[in-house]
Amino acid sequence: MIALLLRDLRLAVRAGGGFGLGLAFFLIVVVLVPLGVGPQTELLSRIAPGILWVASLLAALLSLDRIFALDFEDGSLGLLATSPLPLEGAALAKALAHWITTGLPLTLAAPALGFLLSLAPEAYKYLLLSLLLGSPALSMIGTFGAALTVGLRRGGLLLSLLVLPLYVPTLIFGAEAVRRGADGLDPTGALILLGVITAGCFAVLPFATAATLRINLR
Amino acid sequence: MLRVSNVTCARGGIPVLSDISFDVPAGQALILRGPNGIGKTTLLRTLAGLQPALAGEVDHPTDEAAYASHADGIKTALSVTENLTFWADVYGQPVPDDIWDTFDLADLRERIAGTLSAGQKRRLGLARLGVIGRKVLFLDEPTVSLDGFSVRLFADWLQNKHLASGGVAVIATHIDLGITAPELDLTPFKSAPEAGGATDEAFL
Repeated sequence: MIALLLRDLRLAVRAGGGFGLGLAFFLIVVVLVPLGVGPQTELLSRIAPGILWVASLLAALLSLDRIFALDFEDGSLGLLATSPLPLEGAALAKALAHWITTGLPLTLAAPALGFLLSLAPEAYKYLLLSLLLGSPALSMIGTFGAALTVGLRRGGLLLSLLVLPLYVPTLIFGAEAVRRGADGLDPTGALILLGVITAGCFAVLPFATAATLRINLR
Repeated sequence: MLRVSNVTCARGGIPVLSDISFDVPAGQALILRGPNGIGKTTLLRTLAGLQPALAGEVDHPTDEAAYASHADGIKTALSVTENLTFWADVYGQPVPDDIWDTFDLADLRERIAGTLSAGQKRRLGLARLGVIGRKVLFLDEPTVSLDGFSVRLFADWLQNKHLASGGVAVIATHIDLGITAPELDLTPFKSAPEAGGATDEAFL
C-alpha cells in the first residue's frame, strides 16, 4: 500500500501529473468571486465560507477522473488487481494520494484566500479545521466515483454528476462550521458531524470501491 | 501444480470457451494456440481470477499466481528502475541483481520509461515477472513487439530460471518460443452459439 501511495505521489509531481492544478483552480475561482461580486466587503465576508467550500469541492473534482483512468489504460489496474495488494488497500492508497496532492494543499492555502474574501478573523481556525476534517471525505467519495466510471470514455462529466450530490453533506456541515465560527457561535456540532462523515466514508467506501473495480475489470 | 477442470469462460456475458480441462505439473509450460478471437485472453483472465468462470474450477497454490496482459502496466513518467522497484515492493520481493542483464535492461536503468521503444517497454514489462517471484504465470502474448534476440532472452529466462525452479506458465502466443512445452489448441473448445449466458448482464 505504501509502495502504491509513494508511486502515485511521485507520478503526481512528475511532468503531466497534475499536481497543483487543483490548487491553481481553487485560487482562480476564489479570486474571481470578488471581481464578480464587486467591492462589497460586508457581502463578501458573509458569503466567504460558502465560496471557499464550494471552490474546494470543484478543485477536488478536477483531478478525480485521473485516479483510476490512467492505471486502467496502461493495464496496471489489472496487474494490481491480481497482485497481493487487496483492491481495498489500493483504493485507500489512491484516495490518500489524491488527498495529499489536492485536499491538503487546498486546506493550507484556504486561510490566505479567506483573507481575499475578508473572512471574519474568528473564522480562520475553523476554516482550517473544517477543511482538514472534511477534505479527506471528498477524496474518498471521489475515488469511489472514479471507480464507477473507470472503463468509460468521457467519464469525467458523468463522474462530476455522480460525485457532486454525494459531496452535499460535507459541504453543508463544512460551510456551516465556518459560518458559525465567523458569527461567534459554537461550531463544535458541525465539526463533529463533518468528522463523522469522513470517518464513515473511510470505513465503507474502500470496500465499495474495490467491489466496483472488480466488476469494471471483468 | 495448476489444475483446470471443466472451465467455461465468458466474454460480455456470452460463453466463448467451454469445458476446458488441463493439468500443468511443476516445471512445465503450456502453450495456448488458436485463431484471433477464440478466447485466449478471456481464458487467461479467468485463470488469473480477474473474471469469474461460468462453470468449472481453477486450482493453483494461493498467492502464487501472476498475470501479464497485453498492456505492460508501465508508468511512462517513472524511470525503468522505479517501475520495477514498485512491483517488487507491491509483491514484497527484493529486485534481483541479475534481472537487468537477464532482460537486457542494464543500459536503460535510469531512462524514463516514456522514452523507451515498444520492444524495450515490453522487456521491462516482462522483467516485472522476474521480480515478483510468483510460481504460476499467465502470459498473454508476451513476445509482441519483441525482436528475435529479445524473444530468445525471454524464452531463456522462462526455461532456465522460471520453469527450472519449479514454476509453471500458461502462455498464449502465435509464434514459436523455442521452448519445449505441450500445446493446447483451443478451437475444439469453442462454445456452441446457443449456449446459455451469464445472469449478470446488468453489470457489464
